[in-house]
Amino acid sequence: MIAAKSSALRLAVAALAAAIGGLGAPAGAATIAVKGRTVHTGAGEPIRDGVVIVRGGKIVAVGPAARTRIPGGAEVLEAEVVIPGLVDAHSVVGLTGLLNQIHDQDQLERSEPMQPELRAIDAYNALDGLVGWIRSFGVTTIHTGHAPGALISGQTLVAKTRGSTIDDAVVVREAMVAATFGEEALSPEKDKGKAPGTRSKAVAMLRQELVEAQEYAVKRGVDDAAKRPARNLRLDALVRVLGRELPLLVTVHRHQDILSVLRVAEEFGIRVVLDGVAEAHLVLDEIRAAGVPVLPHPPMQRAWGEMENATMELPARLAAAQIPFAFQSGFESYVPKTRVLLFEAALGAANGLGRDRALAAATIDAARILGIADRVGSLEIGKDGDLALYDGDPFEYTTHCLGVVIDGQAFAGEMH
Amino acid sequence: MRPTALAAAATLALGVLSPAPAIVAQEEPQAFVGAKLITITRGVIEPGVLIVHRGKIVAAGRRSEVEIPGGAHRHDVAGRVILPGLVDTHSHIGGGWAADGSSPIQPGVRVLDSIDVRDHGFQRAQAGGITTINVMPGSGHLMSGQTVYLKARDADTIEALTIRRADGRILGGMKMANGTNSRRDPPFPGTRGKSAALVREAFVAAEAYREKRATVDPDKRPDRDLGMEALLEVLDGTRIVHHHTHRHDDVLTVLRLQKEFGFRVVLHHVSEGWKVADEIAAAGVGSSLIVVDSPGGKLEARDLLLKTGAVMERAGAKIAFHTDDWITDSRLFLRTAALAVRAGMSRDGALGALTLAPAEMIDLGDRIGSLDPGKDADFVLLDGDPLSVYTKVFETWVEGQKVFDRSDPQDRLWAVGGYGAGNPREGQLCCFGEGGWE
Repeated sequence: MIAAKSSALRLAVAALAAAIGGLGAPAGAATIAVKGRTVHTGAGEPIRDGVVIVRGGKIVAVGPAARTRIPGGAEVLEAEVVIPGLVDAHSVVGLTGLLNQIHDQDQLERSEPMQPELRAIDAYNALDGLVGWIRSFGVTTIHTGHAPGALISGQTLVAKTRGSTIDDAVVVREAMVAATFGEEALSPEKDKGKAPGTRSKAVAMLRQELVEAQEYAVKRGVDDAAKRPARNLRLDALVRVLGRELPLLVTVHRHQDILSVLRVAEEFGIRVVLDGVAEAHLVLDEIRAAGVPVLPHPPMQRAWGEMENATMELPARLAAAQIPFAFQSGFESYVPKTRVLLFEAALGAANGLGRDRALAAATIDAARILGIADRVGSLEIGKDGDLALYDGDPFEYTTHCLGVVIDGQAFAGEMH
Repeated sequence: MRPTALAAAATLALGVLSPAPAIVAQEEPQAFVGAKLITITRGVIEPGVLIVHRGKIVAAGRRSEVEIPGGAHRHDVAGRVILPGLVDTHSHIGGGWAADGSSPIQPGVRVLDSIDVRDHGFQRAQAGGITTINVMPGSGHLMSGQTVYLKARDADTIEALTIRRADGRILGGMKMANGTNSRRDPPFPGTRGKSAALVREAFVAAEAYREKRATVDPDKRPDRDLGMEALLEVLDGTRIVHHHTHRHDDVLTVLRLQKEFGFRVVLHHVSEGWKVADEIAAAGVGSSLIVVDSPGGKLEARDLLLKTGAVMERAGAKIAFHTDDWITDSRLFLRTAALAVRAGMSRDGALGALTLAPAEMIDLGDRIGSLDPGKDADFVLLDGDPLSVYTKVFETWVEGQKVFDRSDPQDRLWAVGGYGAGNPREGQLCCFGEGGWE
């Protein structure tokens, strides 16, 4: 456990330890009161000396400590700074495991270039060590699933970083369909004839697939059941994309590929979320005009290959262009096996974005892009009891996460 | 920051063969006045004055006690923080590669013969405040070749970046590795036991080579062998072993071999150093640590934690940090120390582990690593606490020359990124129409 800096913090740590003692209890069974010298609610100005009451897993009160009654018997946690639990807008945690061995790597299936039928819930490991690792720094919700690397790699889900099964953790079973544009989706040598070998071929293959799904949808809708084609899981998933139910989450970096994504989105009227976009700073006007949200690469992303022109100031540039965006931890195939959203948002804050805007992009803005802002992302009555506690500015390198609360259940913060 | 084209042209016109590129004359002393000086050896001085002349520090002390020489070029740096230039004991910038796949032990191969000095990694290092770098070959061999210690000067040749001994020898160490990275199909070892046996055989052979070379009858002496000569430098202690090692038992294997053959060694990465901190401290060897944002990525890094520096510091072990660039980014080297402090290491210990401790681990502790008179004028100007995420490197100076200036648009591109930052330095569409693209 970290060395607490004051008696109040020591108390907070002790209280957390006590609360965590009931780890086996169902989420939200207890009442927890979280007191903060500063409470960033994500809905209005920060509250000085604030308190958040969580009961039955939900937030039931938020306000200044002087005017908010703490129910008798409540576990009381205290911290210098309290924020909404962090929402990682795109991760692969749970599918790509800590050890990086064949048995724990389920983020990318390379047998076909397009497999939208692959569900993330069928692979998510709620007990992988990385889930607890990112939680210990304040991440309470992750949008995770199939990784970049295939033209369509599969589906994603949204989960809380708690629970021992996906059913405990899941918030949205099928969130988006993950796709990749650019070199990462091409394999000219290894899978010749199957995977696309050029950018144009990749776009053509995707368009053909979407056309097939359109026609499949029409045929599945005919009155005569005998004339309907058999169910096709792959096309079922794409029909949901065409119906704007599931967005296409497209990992893409080069400026020309970003425009290709927008072209396809317009042609088929589908929703897209742009992911990575290392060269988005070259086509900001086009992205804003298309009205699509962006999940920029982590600021500490290594600048190589298609990301060679990446900038740590991309989040600030997106904010200045008034393009909706949220922070993500992205995907790493080696080390760090996962990036930590808190650390990435911190670099964004320090590179032109500023603290408040970075905090929003790591919480409520992510929740909005994921379509779960009614449940998470801010501290408001009726929302999930998800909070993160710190002993100072959450983004400062030497601050500590003292603990988190998820659906009213307390967990330990970072352990050193 | 690059030397001006004009200066370069002038150098060419005069036909001067300079040891370092286009060095601006440093006839006048330069005085940096008013900053907070983090000296590393003599605490924090605020407000301070730093005087540099002819590439060396001539004074670093209290504003009230240091006399600014007449004719000195004065820099008003009140509000800034000056830290000695950072020393990175383990980096792969420049894309250098030494040993090939022919055998697991190749001591005669030098990384300096393969480094691209126009790689933008050098600019990223300057942008991160790094002034001295041990560039290493990889960890896929038991012994992958000779490392080279470089200054982050502005230069176009590897020779101009090197650091030399009085006799002209280019300084560097020897890269070794154990654990899983160096295990492969034969002739590489398949097990840890075989790995250690191959290393022991190599050192035994070097000892035999030394004896035979000392034979009085020249006809009976073995032919010169570059690999053996390098191994003898290791055994003589003039070439330090920089040893990649992660798991606790692999760390102890390094210490065991070090004891048997008496070479000087610095442990690198040391992911599980926190499990054997007392043993490392007792052996008296230095450890250069990596800090990454999450554990794992491979089995032997499963237990890599942020607390390694703190635990080893408490045990009394000597600690430095490294970037292992591109594993971590040279631009964010200060962050490595900050995360170690987050996990319990002392601030002074962490700042020392970026400066003087790594300098000593490459035998340059008398020349770099602190703000002391007589040392090289290598330093970094910051706008705040070195361990804060909000602090920026404003300027980096090597031997009295400014090599990075955040207010310069090109330098800022290296620091922050953006279009063009990924290109090899000066390589941007320079040569269309000149033919030769084959």
